[in-house]
Amino acid sequence: MKKRFSLRHALVLCKRNLIKLTRTPEQLIDVTLQPIIFLVLFLYVFGGAISHGSQHDYLQFLLPGLIGQTIAMSSISIGQNMNADIEKGVFDRFRSLPIGRSVPLVGAVLADFFRYLLLCVIMVGFGYILGFRITTNPLLLLAALGISICFALAFAWVSLWVGMTVRTAGAVQGVMFLLIFPLSFGSNAFVQASTMPGWLQAFVNVNPLSHLVSAVRGLMLGGPVATQVGWTFAWIVGLLVVFFPLALRGYIRRT
Amino acid sequence: MTELAIEALGLTKSFGDTKALDGVDLAARQGSVLAVLGPNGAGKTTAVRILATLLRPDAGAATVNGFDVRRQPDKVRESIGLTGQFASVDEDLTGVQNLVMIGQLLDLPKRAARQRADELLAWFDLTEAANKVAKNYSGGMRRRLDLAASLVGRPQVIFLDEPTTGLDPAKREDMWDVVRSLVSDGSTVLLTTQYLEEADALADEITVMDHGRVIAHDTPHGLKRVVGGQRLTVRPADPARHDDLLEVLRGIGGQVPEDDGRGTVTVRVDGDEVLPDVVARLRAARIGVDEFSLHLPSLDEVFFTLTGTRSRDDSQEALV
Repeated sequence: MKKRFSLRHALVLCKRNLIKLTRTPEQLIDVTLQPIIFLVLFLYVFGGAISHGSQHDYLQFLLPGLIGQTIAMSSISIGQNMNADIEKGVFDRFRSLPIGRSVPLVGAVLADFFRYLLLCVIMVGFGYILGFRITTNPLLLLAALGISICFALAFAWVSLWVGMTVRTAGAVQGVMFLLIFPLSFGSNAFVQASTMPGWLQAFVNVNPLSHLVSAVRGLMLGGPVATQVGWTFAWIVGLLVVFFPLALRGYIRRT
Repeated sequence: MTELAIEALGLTKSFGDTKALDGVDLAARQGSVLAVLGPNGAGKTTAVRILATLLRPDAGAATVNGFDVRRQPDKVRESIGLTGQFASVDEDLTGVQNLVMIGQLLDLPKRAARQRADELLAWFDLTEAANKVAKNYSGGMRRRLDLAASLVGRPQVIFLDEPTTGLDPAKREDMWDVVRSLVSDGSTVLLTTQYLEEADALADEITVMDHGRVIAHDTPHGLKRVVGGQRLTVRPADPARHDDLLEVLRGIGGQVPEDDGRGTVTVRVDGDEVLPDVVARLRAARIGVDEFSLHLPSLDEVFFTLTGTRSRDDSQEALV
């Protein structure tokens, strides 16, 4: 007698999350100001040293990498918010309604789609102001943003799982930082993997963020992409298969 | 035979070392009000959460509206409305957004959800605040919105967990009227309370709980017979006349007056017929009074009568 998941219910709760977002717009800092600040800092602090003075070359290399990194960073908030939200009485109400158990979580992830869309638009828009140019075509740019957002929505389940598992919203941030720092810096997001020692290259080459960044780079700047896009989708499916059930179980057990 | 809308047998639930429920039986006939009376930590909220499918019992069985809370939780959820001890509304949403959201989650079409929301807002006197964010509601308004939210789906069984705790007396009376009208519409209500007065005013039957156990179950009339009906509390205007007052009250009804040590004297009485007699005796003895009140026994007095010990308000257990 399990109530089936209903997309309509999830959309109702997606709308709830969007309304909450409009009440506290500062929740959008991580997808608006953060990408701008990162872009400026990485480009002008490290750009000269890494690319021997050519900041434009580094910007072309950096921007797809930063999309990967900021997507990972922005995933923290969904776990944090859900961790705090679930303590409130309204979740008792959701639990007492005849809706699928996963509906509140799926609703939150659907609402995050708009945050990641905003992140992508700001990153590419601000990049354009600084001189970034795609060398493929607009359709492939859309494909690059599409795959980035798909990856982000899958990675969000990792954050939700952490959010359902640890006790406080602050701890969610701590745990996620521990995970995101090695993933984002131990990748090809900021420098070519070929400059790193062999043992690190081995990690970088299997890191899901590296696959995402390579796929986005290929789609924006040209070159073969099929393999990297394939690996990225494999990771998207893998993350969902593992972390959706874990997050859901955490949510159901948490009363 | 009347159908039972709520039936629980031997419910047991522990949180770590704390036994929140230790074999609790509850029963409410369809269309009746069952009051669960007890202090904080008695297990009232845990019982409600199990019946509302928010918690699974460790042992025991329960049916709500004929459906098993373990095996058919979604059928139970379709039948119930829940108003928690802490208002379970979304503070970032307006009143109308809250109610429309619940309506849509209950599969009402948007227009019908909106209509139902407006209806309930009007009933609970919240029409003016409909488009205000719930964060800015007063405590009483939030309670009303919470109750309205639990009624969106016209549930057959309604759980009210301490619906009037923290409300001022006038608001409490309003809440009582709401409960009465729900029952007259045919719903079954289970409400938890710490006030015998509230249980007496609303309930068809009262279950008294303490430390996770049921210690009494009776009609309000039956329970009052056991705990001795009303109490008369008198405070002399002149504290020096305290002993004279004790003497006067000892003379009525044959009951021993109790001195609470705070300057007032309380005695059991069998209804208000004795009042003129008491007043006449006080006047004859020339004892002026500051306080002269007739009331039902407090929860503390009920517990003292039923268990022989004062109820313990264990804040540790109140959290579970």
